[in-house]
Amino acid sequence: MSTDKISIDPTGTSDGGTDSIRLDKAARPVSITEAGGDERLPLLEIRDLAITFSTGSGDVHAVRNANLTVMPAETVAIVGESGSGKSTTALAAIGLLPSNGRVSGGQIMFDGEDLTRAGGKRIVELRGRSIGMVPQDPMSNLNPVWKIGYQVKETLKANNLARKDINKQVAEVLADAGLPDAARRAKQYPHEFSGGMRQRALIAIGLSCSPRLLIADEPTSALDVTVQRQILDHLATMTSELNTAVLLITHDLGLAAERAEKVVVMYKGQVVESGPALDILRNPQHPYTQRLVASAPSLASRRIQSTRAAGKESPEELAPDTAAVAKAEDVIQVRNLSKIYKLRGGLGKSTDFKAVDDVSFDIKRGTTLAVVGESGSGKSTVAKMVLNLEKPSAGNIVFDGVDLASLDRKSLFDFRRRVQPIFQDPYGSLDPMYNIYRTIEEPLRVHKIGDKKSREVKVRELLDQVALPASSMQRFPNELSGGQRQRVAIARALALDPEVVICDEAVSALDVLVQAQILNLLADLQSELGLTYLFITHDLAVVRQIADHVCVMENGKIVETGTTDNVFEAPAKQYTRDLLDAIPGSRLAVA
Amino acid sequence: MPEKTQNINRIEHFVADLEETPLQTTDQLNEQAAPLSLWAEAWKNLRRQPLFIVSALLILLVLVVALLPGLFTHTDPTQCELINSNEGPSAGHPLGFTLQGCDVYARVILGTQASLTVGVFSTIGVLIIGGTMGAVAGYYGGWIDAVLARLGDTFFALPLILGAIVINSLPFIRENRSAWTVVGILVTLGWPQIARITRGAVIEVRNADFVIAAQSLGVSRGKALLTHVIPNSLSPVIVIATVSLGIYIVAEATLSFLGIGLPGSVMSWGNDISAAQTSLRNNPSTLLWPALALSITVLSFIMLGDAVRDALDPKARKR
Repeated sequence: MSTDKISIDPTGTSDGGTDSIRLDKAARPVSITEAGGDERLPLLEIRDLAITFSTGSGDVHAVRNANLTVMPAETVAIVGESGSGKSTTALAAIGLLPSNGRVSGGQIMFDGEDLTRAGGKRIVELRGRSIGMVPQDPMSNLNPVWKIGYQVKETLKANNLARKDINKQVAEVLADAGLPDAARRAKQYPHEFSGGMRQRALIAIGLSCSPRLLIADEPTSALDVTVQRQILDHLATMTSELNTAVLLITHDLGLAAERAEKVVVMYKGQVVESGPALDILRNPQHPYTQRLVASAPSLASRRIQSTRAAGKESPEELAPDTAAVAKAEDVIQVRNLSKIYKLRGGLGKSTDFKAVDDVSFDIKRGTTLAVVGESGSGKSTVAKMVLNLEKPSAGNIVFDGVDLASLDRKSLFDFRRRVQPIFQDPYGSLDPMYNIYRTIEEPLRVHKIGDKKSREVKVRELLDQVALPASSMQRFPNELSGGQRQRVAIARALALDPEVVICDEAVSALDVLVQAQILNLLADLQSELGLTYLFITHDLAVVRQIADHVCVMENGKIVETGTTDNVFEAPAKQYTRDLLDAIPGSRLAVA
Repeated sequence: MPEKTQNINRIEHFVADLEETPLQTTDQLNEQAAPLSLWAEAWKNLRRQPLFIVSALLILLVLVVALLPGLFTHTDPTQCELINSNEGPSAGHPLGFTLQGCDVYARVILGTQASLTVGVFSTIGVLIIGGTMGAVAGYYGGWIDAVLARLGDTFFALPLILGAIVINSLPFIRENRSAWTVVGILVTLGWPQIARITRGAVIEVRNADFVIAAQSLGVSRGKALLTHVIPNSLSPVIVIATVSLGIYIVAEATLSFLGIGLPGSVMSWGNDISAAQTSLRNNPSTLLWPALALSITVLSFIMLGDAVRDALDPKARKR
C-alpha cells in the first residue's frame, strides 16, 4: 500500500520543516498559460461576501464578511461544522444558492469577473467549463434512470466539448477518474455502482470539461475511509494534471490539512481564521480553531479518562485498574455468532448472504469493547443480535450467564431493562411527537417503576447526568440540536439503570466539538455508573478515545482483536493497517 | 524552486477579530424560547396563512348554519304555496321561490345540515375503517398486508355510482333510506383510499429508530404501533381527510341528484339541485343558490386541506 500520492517535499513549506507533508504538486508548471491566467492574479476571490436567506421567521444571515482567495491550481479547504456556511459560500460561487437565498453583499470575483453581477446565462456558460462541481452525496446525485455514460455525455454536450467519437470520449473521461473497464461501465445504471464508484463517476463528470476551478462539497463524507483515501488521492492527481484549482469543503480538519495548501475555517457564517494548512493546525490563533484542533480525534489521542474521576494522580492509578479489569467477569459472551440473510433470486430461488460469519468475543463488566469495520462489515447486525432485535442463524450470545435464545417473554422483558441501545441518527431515534419528559419517562412507565412523582424526580436526575437543564423537559426533539438529542437518547437509555449500553455509531453524525463532548460524557457515565459499552463504529480515531478492547470486522468476520493499545500500535493484519493509514491526517505530525 | 516557496509564503495567516466573531458555548440550549411541539409549530405556521384564515372562517359559518339554522331563518321551507311558484325575491324571501313555491333561502339554510352530516360522518367512518386497515397492513406486512391490499383493491375497483346503485337496491337499504345509508355507501366505497395513504405513512415510520428504540425498551409491538407509529403517520392522513370531506359532500349531492342518495323527503343541496333541473330555463336562480352553497363549502374544505398540507409538510419544515 505504498501507492501514496503524498510525498515529502521539504522545499514546499515556509518553515522549512522536514516532517511536513503536502500534496505532490511539484509537477505543476509555475506559470499558467491559459488566456488571462496570471499566477499573480487569484482565480477566485471572494470579498466581504454576505448571503441572506429569507425564511418564514425573517431573514437569516447565513454568511457574513467572508473573504477567501483561490490561486490558480491551488487547493483550498473550507472547514467548519454543520451550519457554518461553508457549503453556502461555495454554492454562491457557482450560482446554485437555493431560491430563498441571495447574495446580499460583497463580490465573488472569478478570473476578474464579478459573478454576483453576472446574468444567469453567463453563469450557465461558466458552469462545467470553468467551474466544475463534485457534490456531496454520491447516492442521490446521479439520476437513477439514465446510464452513467449518458450522464457524462450530457455534460460534454452541454458544454460543446463533445467529439465525434463521443462514446470513446466518455470512456476516456471515466477511465481517467479511475473507473476500471470504463467502456462497459458507461453502459451501466447508477444502482449497479458502489458508493465509491459513483463518486468516481461524479468526479469524472465534474472534471470532464477540464474546469479551472473544481468545487468539491464533502466529496467523500459518505464513503468508507479506505475508499475516501483512494478517491482523494485520485482527485489530487487528476487536478494537478489538469492544473485545476480545488475548493474543498469538509468538516474534517485533518483531511483539510492533509489535502489542501490553504485552510479557511468558518464558524457561524464567518471566516474566523485562514492560512497555510499546517500553520493553522500547529499554531491555531482564533479560540474556535484552537478548540477545533484540540477536539479533533486523532490517533495520537488517548483513552478519555473521566474528568470526574480524575482525582487520582500517579500513573499507576490513572491507568485503568488492570488487575481489577482482569478479575471482572464477562458480562457478554458471544460464541460463533452467524447471521445469514436470504437474498431473493428469481422464481423462488434465493441465495444466502452471510452478514455475520462465526464471530466470537467477550466483554468484561465495566469496560468498552469497540467493534470497528467499514459499511457492510456486519457490525450493526452484531449489535442488533446482542440487543435481541434479530435472531442469530447460528451461535449464541450469553448475557450474565443466560443464553439469550432461551429467554421467554417475561425474562426478555427483564433483559430489556439491563441492555439499552443508543442509535446513530439523533434525528431519527427520538419520537418527534413526544416531549423530552415523556421520552425519558417512557421506559420507566413501560416497566412500571415508581409513581408519577418519583418518575419526575428520576427524569430530572437523568437530565442532570447528561448535562441538560431541567427546563428542557417540556421541549420537543425538533427544537434541539443533534448533540442535545443524543444527550436525551443517552438519558433515556440510562433511565432503567442498565448494565450494558450498546452504542451503534452513537457519535458519527455529530460535529467534532459536540462529538468530543458526548464522548467525554459517555466516559464520565461509565466511571460513575460502572457501565459496560459495546461501541459500534467505523471511526478508528473515536475507538482510540473510548475503547479498552477492539474487534476489527471485515466482510462479517473478525480479522483482528486485542486491546486498543496493541491494535493501534502494532496492528497484526494488513486490513487493520490499511484502515489506520486511511484516517485523514493520520500521517500529519502535529506537535 | 524559489518561486514556489515564495508562492507558499504569500498565503497569509488571517485571524478574525474575536469581538466580531464571538465564541459561543458548544451546543448550548436556548432556554428562553417557548417549547413548541410539532403540532404547535404547525398551528403557528397555519394561523398566518390567508388561505387558512379564509377557509376556516367559511367552514365556521357553515358549521353554525348547520347546527343552529334557527338563527338564520324562521320560514318553514316545507310550507310551500304553489301561488309563489318560481316567484322572484320578495320581502322575507330574499332568494325567491322554487317551482313548488318553497322559499329558496330557507331550503339552502336547512339543507346545510344534511350535506354536512353526510360529509363529516363519512369522513369519520372512512378514517376509522380505512385507517385501521391501512395501519395494520402497513405495520405487520406479510400475508396480512397482502390480504388487506387485495380486499381494498376490490372495493377500489367499484365505481362510486354503480356501487351506490347496487347497494341501494339491497332490500334493507331500500326500505330505510336516510342520511345514514348514504354515509354507509360512501364509507364502504371510500375506505381503501385512506387505507392506502395510512399504509404508506405507517411503512415509512415503522422502521424509524425511535420505534426500534421503544421496542428495545420493552414496549410490545402492538403498543408501539399505537403510541409511536400511528401518531407519527397522522399528518398525511389528516390532509387527505380534510380534502375528502369536501369530496364526500359533492358525492352526496351527486347521488341525491341521481335519486340514489338521500330520500326526497330530506332537505339537501343535492336534492334541491336535482329538483331545480325542471325550471332551469325560466328560473335558474333556484339551481344557482344551492349549487353556490355547495361549491363554497367544498372549496373551503379543499382550501383548508391545502393549508394544512403546507403546515404539516415535513419537507417544508426545518429540522
